[in-house]
Amino acid sequence: MMSTRALGLGSALRKAALNPNLVRNQVAMRNIAGKRFIQVESLRPAQNIEILNSQRLKRPSSPHFTIYQPQLTWLLSIVHRGTGIALGGLFYGFSIAYLIAPTTFDTAHIVEVVAGLPEGVKYAGKALLAAPFAFHSFNGVRHLSWDLLKLLSLKGVYRSGYTVLGASAVATAYLTFFQ
Amino acid sequence: MQSLLRATRSSNFANLSHGLPKRAFSTSQRYRQATPQEKPVLMKEFKIYRWNPDEPDKKPELQSYNIDLNQTGPMILDALIKIKNEIDPTLTFRRSCREGICGSCAMNIDGQNTLACLCRIDRDGGKNTKVYPLPHMYIVKDLVPDMTQFYKQYKSIQPWLQNDNPPASGEHIQSPADRLKLDGMYECILCACCSTSCPSYWWNQDEYLGPATLMQAYRWIADSRDTAGDARKAKLQNEFSLYRCHTIFNCSRTCPKGLNPAAAIAKIKLELSSE
Repeated sequence: MMSTRALGLGSALRKAALNPNLVRNQVAMRNIAGKRFIQVESLRPAQNIEILNSQRLKRPSSPHFTIYQPQLTWLLSIVHRGTGIALGGLFYGFSIAYLIAPTTFDTAHIVEVVAGLPEGVKYAGKALLAAPFAFHSFNGVRHLSWDLLKLLSLKGVYRSGYTVLGASAVATAYLTFFQ
Repeated sequence: MQSLLRATRSSNFANLSHGLPKRAFSTSQRYRQATPQEKPVLMKEFKIYRWNPDEPDKKPELQSYNIDLNQTGPMILDALIKIKNEIDPTLTFRRSCREGICGSCAMNIDGQNTLACLCRIDRDGGKNTKVYPLPHMYIVKDLVPDMTQFYKQYKSIQPWLQNDNPPASGEHIQSPADRLKLDGMYECILCACCSTSCPSYWWNQDEYLGPATLMQAYRWIADSRDTAGDARKAKLQNEFSLYRCHTIFNCSRTCPKGLNPAAAIAKIKLELSSE
């Protein structure tokens, strides 16, 4: 007792005795109170694998493009593919239609039909054709440059991506209103 | 101090009480100390993907947890550990090094794949943060995806040095310029952030190798000490292993280590096509 007083520890020891840290330590309390009842089952390896396989069968696949952040990278990729399919579909559709009914789908007939359309529909139709064509062409150049190992840095990807979007907008406006 | 030593050596009680200055080891009294600054409470909601294999028929769901950011470390992993410690011990996730070198805590945070330990918490308390496991993977539990297929694919490219003409003695010698070619590839920690961010990998996981594995394939093709390059390339020369890459660049955009798998894949494509 004497030495604790000499070292000035008296109050600290008293405090520890009165207010044991144990009460605040939840893990120690849980062990003392015996509140944890965990039953461990001992299984043979074959049984373990059986449980694992039964779980594997029901594993869900985690969500993907519904939760992925919209980014210029994959959005432009989807648009490139979409416009490619649309333009290709139009090209093949028109060619096949011409093969089947050459008299209805020849140039003279189409010019006649388009000439009869109201002004608004003409412009909308032109824009609808021009936008995918412009974007797919410019973005195609971007893809070719990647194949030549150009613009492969992230900076290059983003800069060229925005450039392609801007150029497509300008080209679409030009093709719609001045051609 | 010396007076104290003298005092403790002495066994005379009277001598002791006179020789010692009072309160020798005590700190200053409470009221003289500065009051610790209480940080304001900044609550933030975390919505975390939950699925329990013991209740397999229950659909996966987002569970909300609210924690005080001023009582939490700066990173998403700190928040997850706090939630697991203090709110819900059943929350399951992988973590190990907490410094971005083990790749265990890869997950989808606010829509982007990254390592939870390298991702700062957005301190805007009004906005929640959504945490999903890596996209389009089979889920073992909560945020833990089944990586079996990913590791199998990595194994399939034989990621080790193959040289049929080893030097007679000592090491394989490599010039600094050749060594430089491996920078930006050997640092990959195989966290699978890039592969699971790739839409092509989502749709063709069974056959397409994915950016992480392909960059490692090129890491060995580009290595001047490796002589199996032609065999390595021949293995990739098919419709699926390599050419499902459509240069989307999600992989390079998401890599938490700042590497560029898309560039490595473009180089393989060029080498394969220029043979």
